[in-house]
Amino acid sequence: MATTINVSVNGKKYQDEVEGRLLLVHYLRDKLRLTGTHVGCDTSSCGACTILVDGKAVKSCTMLAAQADGATIKTIEGMAEKGKLHPLQEGFKEKHGLQCGFCTPGMIMTAANLLEDNPHPSDEEIRHALEGNFCRCTGYHNIVEAIKYAADKSKGGDIEHADAKELEKPLFEVPS
Amino acid sequence: MVATSFDYQKATSVEQAISLLQSHDGDAKLLAGGHSLIPTMKLRLNSPALLIDVSKIEELRGIREEDGHIVIGAMTTHYEIASSDLLAKKAPMFVEAAKVIGDIQVRNKGTIGGSLAHADPAADWPAVVIASGAKIKIHGPDGARTVDADDFFTGFYTTAVGENDVLTSIHVPVPPKGSKSTYAKFPQPASRYALVGCAVQLTMDGNKVSDCSIGFTGVSDAAFRDSNAEAALKGKELSGESIQAAADACADGVDIMSDHFASEDYRKHLAGVFLKRALENLK
Repeated sequence: MATTINVSVNGKKYQDEVEGRLLLVHYLRDKLRLTGTHVGCDTSSCGACTILVDGKAVKSCTMLAAQADGATIKTIEGMAEKGKLHPLQEGFKEKHGLQCGFCTPGMIMTAANLLEDNPHPSDEEIRHALEGNFCRCTGYHNIVEAIKYAADKSKGGDIEHADAKELEKPLFEVPS
Repeated sequence: MVATSFDYQKATSVEQAISLLQSHDGDAKLLAGGHSLIPTMKLRLNSPALLIDVSKIEELRGIREEDGHIVIGAMTTHYEIASSDLLAKKAPMFVEAAKVIGDIQVRNKGTIGGSLAHADPAADWPAVVIASGAKIKIHGPDGARTVDADDFFTGFYTTAVGENDVLTSIHVPVPPKGSKSTYAKFPQPASRYALVGCAVQLTMDGNKVSDCSIGFTGVSDAAFRDSNAEAALKGKELSGESIQAAADACADGVDIMSDHFASEDYRKHLAGVFLKRALENLK
């Protein structure tokens, strides 16, 4: 028996018929083709599938699409605005907060929840907040730095979005 | 991983949830935050024909004070408990424990009622509800009843909640003046479940312990109240000596779990260590 759900994802409204057992992460990836949200462990441990549901970080591999009826969802695809990276995305780029990048969308969504609750976290609070997100490359150090970068950037109120085009320039010139 | 096929229905009242449970004759499950149930269904350890989503029932949500008790609705999330000013003021052990459950994502979705009804032997809430002397309210086909937390956990993943019952609220007596409480746990490094968790509530009369209750989780197949350790403290000053005596007396006469994370001996040792840490916190 299918259920009808109404959801808002990254500002766009959707109405869909879903099977009871369809996981939210598969709805986002397979139905809406928002493949930035990753499936890592598929057992609610690694946090790669983290998204924001009504502003709160949730592991979308452990939530049914049917449970999201009426919810406002944000995925990594909804973070940049008008071609400008979100301060967290910029922080991960500037501080080399990723290597393979698989965990990054989940890290950013969890960090977004953290900064919403606590705009100026200490290193310890950042590390505590990342308990549910595993990274197997970086050793976390630069991820913490990236989140601090975003927190520093938003100090004093308005968040200045970096120019995405500016950030796409190579970090150094390759000699010809 | 994908669960076996099932029907999903949102219940709008406790009565409707109960009648849906009855009409499915043991083949329906209640869905709260889903953070224990959905993983077991994905592993196909559980395959109900119907999931009844009770998380949106308004009367099951929220935290309020009523007749000397703090009433916590079963569908209140760990996050809501961790950020409750009322609990921080009146029963701070609940806030302290909520903050160390799982991770941010789990705390945003998981509920106290779901956790208690699931009764994982390593869950945090069971120790806390026991030590706080809470009563747990259950609605069934024949009406409502309350069960003392001490009697609620009946064994491995089993509780006083019957097949057609709904756990609706947790009633925590506001601790008397002079009370202190804390929760100390050793988290399993990956899952953050308690390898051992110890909740303690003490009432002091001058510098002597006039009353105390100690709840353990993670140690045995069900959370339990440790009356031997309590007896070692009652009427005594909270000193190095009495704390050691309580640690030596704890987890005695219970079947202690053993698994690849911790052997029986190691778990018993940890129970003493974490009781000591909890009591040192309260000194």
